[in-house]
Amino acid sequence: MQPLTNRVKVLEPKPLNLMERLYLPNILKGMLITFRHIFKKKATIQYPEQKRPFSSVFRGLHVLNRDEEGKERCTACGLCAVACPAEAITMEAAERKKGEEHLYREEKYAARYEINMLRCIFCGLCEEACPKDAIYLSETFAPANFTRKSFIYGKPDLLIPDPVQAPDDFARAKGQIEERKQKANKTLTA
Amino acid sequence: MQFLSTDISLILEKLSIIVVVVLALLGIALYTTFAERKVAGIMQDRYGPNRAGPFGLLQPLADGIKLFFKEELIPLASNRMLFILGPFIAMFTALITGAVVPWGSQLEIFDRTVSLTIAKPDIGILYVFAVVSIGVFGMMIGGWASNNKFSLLAAIRGASQVISYELAMGLSIIALLLVTGTMNLGEIVTQQMAGGLGGFLGWNVFAQPLGFLIFLVCVFAECNRTPFDLPEAESELNMGYHQEYSSLKLGFFLFSEYINMIVSSAVMATLFFGGYDIPFVDEASLSAAWGNNIVAILGILMLLTKIVFFLFLFMWVRWTIPRFRYDQLMDLGWRKMIPLALANMLITGVITLWLNR
Repeated sequence: MQPLTNRVKVLEPKPLNLMERLYLPNILKGMLITFRHIFKKKATIQYPEQKRPFSSVFRGLHVLNRDEEGKERCTACGLCAVACPAEAITMEAAERKKGEEHLYREEKYAARYEINMLRCIFCGLCEEACPKDAIYLSETFAPANFTRKSFIYGKPDLLIPDPVQAPDDFARAKGQIEERKQKANKTLTA
Repeated sequence: MQFLSTDISLILEKLSIIVVVVLALLGIALYTTFAERKVAGIMQDRYGPNRAGPFGLLQPLADGIKLFFKEELIPLASNRMLFILGPFIAMFTALITGAVVPWGSQLEIFDRTVSLTIAKPDIGILYVFAVVSIGVFGMMIGGWASNNKFSLLAAIRGASQVISYELAMGLSIIALLLVTGTMNLGEIVTQQMAGGLGGFLGWNVFAQPLGFLIFLVCVFAECNRTPFDLPEAESELNMGYHQEYSSLKLGFFLFSEYINMIVSSAVMATLFFGGYDIPFVDEASLSAAWGNNIVAILGILMLLTKIVFFLFLFMWVRWTIPRFRYDQLMDLGWRKMIPLALANMLITGVITLWLNR
């Protein structure tokens, strides 16, 4: 047949020489290779104890943010719900009453805020849409549970720890967020 | 009266050895399955099972419990009796091969000399061969009774493979028998212990290197281990002869493979590597210094070490070499191993004749 290109290389299979036909030397060679692998570094990451470092733009479960005084930032504007392509976010707005100023930052807040984690595709569009810096995607991932219902995360599951009551927890969560933001900025500018 | 009482204690003695050997075989087999997975993992740069217990040591127990609680399925169209018989034959023959292996010299307990071999027939090796060839029936009957084409194909493959390699194996043994002049496994070990360097140079592997090589390859084929695991070829036959089996019957099949491995390792160590002989050590002077029992126990440990080495070799080869194609397997068996074994036998015969002129 006429070759279609000039790059065709015709290979003639060579008959095996004596060493190759004896078969055993090559088996020994192979066994040496596998034996050497006994001493090599293991590729396994022991998952629950060890975790892979995340990419700076990793998108995990959501966190509802608070400001420094522990007030919730969310104003229930609904932009995240609109942005959500999976329609995983539902919320109910309510008006801030007198005496609730220490709980909510602005006059309107989310009385109910639910994300269905089974619907969510973790695209991060809610984070981009939020004008109040109220929602972030954290590094927590792979939630596990027995019922579908338990995957609808309400405000108690989503809210970041209160900086006044649990400053350490808040600092930890916040620190991760800030770190991630910086990292993300760095990668964006780089 | 005297006759009767000695008889009963002899029976008790043999029974206790049988129980110990069977339990030890099962226990070692249990941990061989674990070691297999561990070796596989380590050779593939993984850890292997390490979650159940410290270092995963409880893994075989977990596996056993899992198998035990699986649903017992017997296909409707199968031959029920034969279907159940298959795994039992496999297990039974695997266990009774250990009867003639000399696990150690002898212990002195309560003024009695207890021989550590269950039975010492003069036809030791022939017995091993006879039992091993019955072992194929477990696989054949199981595969045939499943009423599944893959199982049947696997069973036929297994049977023809085992028969083909048994020929070469037998021929290599004949060459060994020309050297030793006896078929009694215990005597073969004692002969090897008499060699130079504390018995090391007396090992039959130095007299019969080619014979050992042929025997080794044939043992791989007899145990259905990679590269000759055609009866279990997952890629072509789904799971091979035990495809329809579940629960403990499957466990019996899988387990009998490991017991077979252990016993073949013991036979190889006995025939070619001096059995319970400790190399570079003169047992007679050592037992004069330390007492017979300690030396006997050291001998058992030595045999166990040799067995463990062979088991590791089984696994090492399994995770290195891919499976043979069926025609390659038959080609190797009939056109390479058997002529080689014949040549080995002929050369050994000539040399033995010349030496005994």
